[in-house]
Amino acid sequence: MAEAEKEKLTIVMFSGNLDQALAGFIIATTAASMGMAVSIFFTFWGLNIIKKNEGGIKSQGLMRKMLNFMNRGGSRRLKLSRFNMLGLGTAMMKRLMKDANYPSIDEFITMAHQMGVKLIACTTTCGIMGLEEGSFRSEVESLAGAAYFLGEARESKTTLFI
Amino acid sequence: MKADQSLDCVGLYCPMPIVKTAEKIKELKPGEVLEVVADDRGITQDMPAWCQATGHEFLGTEEKGGEIKVYVKKAHQ
Repeated sequence: MAEAEKEKLTIVMFSGNLDQALAGFIIATTAASMGMAVSIFFTFWGLNIIKKNEGGIKSQGLMRKMLNFMNRGGSRRLKLSRFNMLGLGTAMMKRLMKDANYPSIDEFITMAHQMGVKLIACTTTCGIMGLEEGSFRSEVESLAGAAYFLGEARESKTTLFI
Repeated sequence: MKADQSLDCVGLYCPMPIVKTAEKIKELKPGEVLEVVADDRGITQDMPAWCQATGHEFLGTEEKGGEIKVYVKKAHQ
């Protein structure tokens, strides 16, 4: 099916929690399997999901440096929204997922990208938080604003805010 | 039911059986039947829904023990 004829799904990924990211990527990959054109728009804490796992995050100014130090992000550093218990709960959940042969968020990102899911970072929050394009992993297609999101959402049958 | 190809999804949870089915169906020719073997109950509802969305034909479900087999006929390229 041609890209323009496909039904569209747009997801706003606002949260940066492991469980919520998982829900977002499950729906995104399923929709892509069903022949839908999927875009995920990452904003605020959601940006943590698509930050590079390796190296530091470069930013300008003391407050931004502090923010990106405390809020480092990266798919492997996400925490559960509940029962994190200083990391113990999150570690246990990751263990359960692994034992169940379930893909990690990292693997979901790669899978989604291979399936043609578009990953977009919100320029406004990137600007405020001092995140440059180089802060994100290579699967991220572009940086865009709210108008781009609304342009996609207007044409989508389904839009989710997670 | 007779199938041209089989896909083993035992031990996999949603959405992996659907993701793998969407990938596997590309290998079949129109008119051929794909058998998907799974043990996650979700597939009994998910596969008919996937077929409705993609236009492939859902042929039915067979259950034996904890093993679920669903059959899909490829309708188009």
